[in-house]
Amino acid sequence: MAQMKFMCDAERCIECNGCVTACKNANDVEWGIQRRRVVTLNDGEADEMSISVACMHCDDAPCMAVCPTDCFYKTDDGIVLHDKDLCIGCGYCLYACPFGAPQFPQQDAFGERGKMDKCTFCAGGPAESKEEEYEKYGSNRIAEGKLPLCAEMCSTKALLAGDAQNVADIFRQRVVHRGHKDGGWSNNPQASADNLAYDAAHKG
Amino acid sequence: MNLLTAQAPGGVPRSGKGLALGIWRFMLVALALVLSLGFTQLAVAQADPDREMTTAAPGITADQWRQVRSGETGPNYRDSRYESDYSLINASGETWRQIRNRWVSPFGLIAVFGMAALIALFYFIVGRKELEAPRTGRLLLRWTLMKRALHWTVATLFIVLALTGMTLLFGKFVFRPLFGDGVWAWMIAATKVLHNYLGPIFGILLVILLVSLIKDNIPKKHDWVWFKKGGGMIGKKHVDAGFANGGEKAWYWLLATVGILVIASGFVLDFPNFNQGRDTMQWANIIHAVGALGLTAISLGHIYIGTLGTEGALEGMTTGYVDETWAKEHHNLWYEEVKDQTLSEEEVAARKSSGGSSEPSAPRTS
Repeated sequence: MAQMKFMCDAERCIECNGCVTACKNANDVEWGIQRRRVVTLNDGEADEMSISVACMHCDDAPCMAVCPTDCFYKTDDGIVLHDKDLCIGCGYCLYACPFGAPQFPQQDAFGERGKMDKCTFCAGGPAESKEEEYEKYGSNRIAEGKLPLCAEMCSTKALLAGDAQNVADIFRQRVVHRGHKDGGWSNNPQASADNLAYDAAHKG
Repeated sequence: MNLLTAQAPGGVPRSGKGLALGIWRFMLVALALVLSLGFTQLAVAQADPDREMTTAAPGITADQWRQVRSGETGPNYRDSRYESDYSLINASGETWRQIRNRWVSPFGLIAVFGMAALIALFYFIVGRKELEAPRTGRLLLRWTLMKRALHWTVATLFIVLALTGMTLLFGKFVFRPLFGDGVWAWMIAATKVLHNYLGPIFGILLVILLVSLIKDNIPKKHDWVWFKKGGGMIGKKHVDAGFANGGEKAWYWLLATVGILVIASGFVLDFPNFNQGRDTMQWANIIHAVGALGLTAISLGHIYIGTLGTEGALEGMTTGYVDETWAKEHHNLWYEEVKDQTLSEEEVAARKSSGGSSEPSAPRTS
């Protein structure tokens, strides 16, 4: 059983927003909603970094814990999905989510929130037919044996998606290849304690 | 960081004898490419970590990840999302979740059901407070039609809001397994709509009710005595009370303080179109839930005393009139002021049949 995860290698992200566009396109996301976003810290400074974020499909998902209607569920692949038929647009998942993933269309009076929309890891959602599923949640690439389009289309392969073990292996290889003593996090004060490159080189 | 668009070099104008030159140039370029491939191979083989470290852009540091974790956004923070003012990490989300799920939710349930259990216990052990002297049959006007209408409207809305609010907090543990998704989806959607649209109406009406009752609820010295004697339960003697006794005044001021807080925080949650942030709404939600659950628990006491718990209390709020004996026993100071205004049942009936609107306002000063 897989445990699906996203990971963004901030050393590789060039803030091209290709993932954002790929997601909008693959899932026909509603106007005003953007399931994935690219955040840049310290833009224009020497330590500028960019990172692409969406729903991270948490193991212990806070949205699931606070939802008054209990509309969230986890698939066997560890993907957090929600049932739009149960969602009432209370906004609690947004209060709790660490990544600002849930978004609400606001078309009703008084700013009342519509049904929540978030990244589905391109795994669709609960629906009677394929058409209904696409209409409500976007494409179900997982059912077709494909990974999320954002990661598939990432030009620098900064954004990785897949089973947590595979993603971790790829990142570990990168850290080793970068070759810094503390290739995962430069200037890490704990470098000697968690030196992935050193471990990999000395323990095979 | 913008994508650089390099201007393509201008093409060389073609002429007839330029063809031979073109072939030569092609050969040269091909040679250069082959050679450069070899050099690149060499360069890859020679890559060494130390050199890379001195020439490469600095890596992502632990301090940057700490900045991310803190939820802090500097002036050079950029977000590609449309109209988004959310930081990369919502640092207080987990705190809100823990306060709500670990503290507010279980202790709110204990407060409400604990209060219900205490009241039931009190009723079975101590029982109803009956009138000590027989009724005289003479009646006193206590609540005008306007105030009764206001009270019952606010009371009904309060009960609906308390039930829907508790469904939002606890419903998923009870009704979803009980009714199944089809009914639950409809039920919880209706719950939210009722709560969100009746809430503001309740808020406005409660403020009007509070304003119309403030004169009778100014705390007096005898109210303190009333509390020390447990409302007359300690010492088995009647304690002084004006139009409103100490307990009623306490309920009034709870509504005037905690009630207003609940209404204000409810407005913050109900109208998310004023650009209030996520953190503001987290706090508003906690204040709203704690205040509302507390008031719900205490309201059970108010409901008990006003209905089952005290003989003759409910008729004041339904008919508007109370018996002279009831007034003397429960609100002696008020009774002293209005005892010359008692009416017989026939007089009351005559007044009522002539139309509720012609009722005089209840004469009272506490």
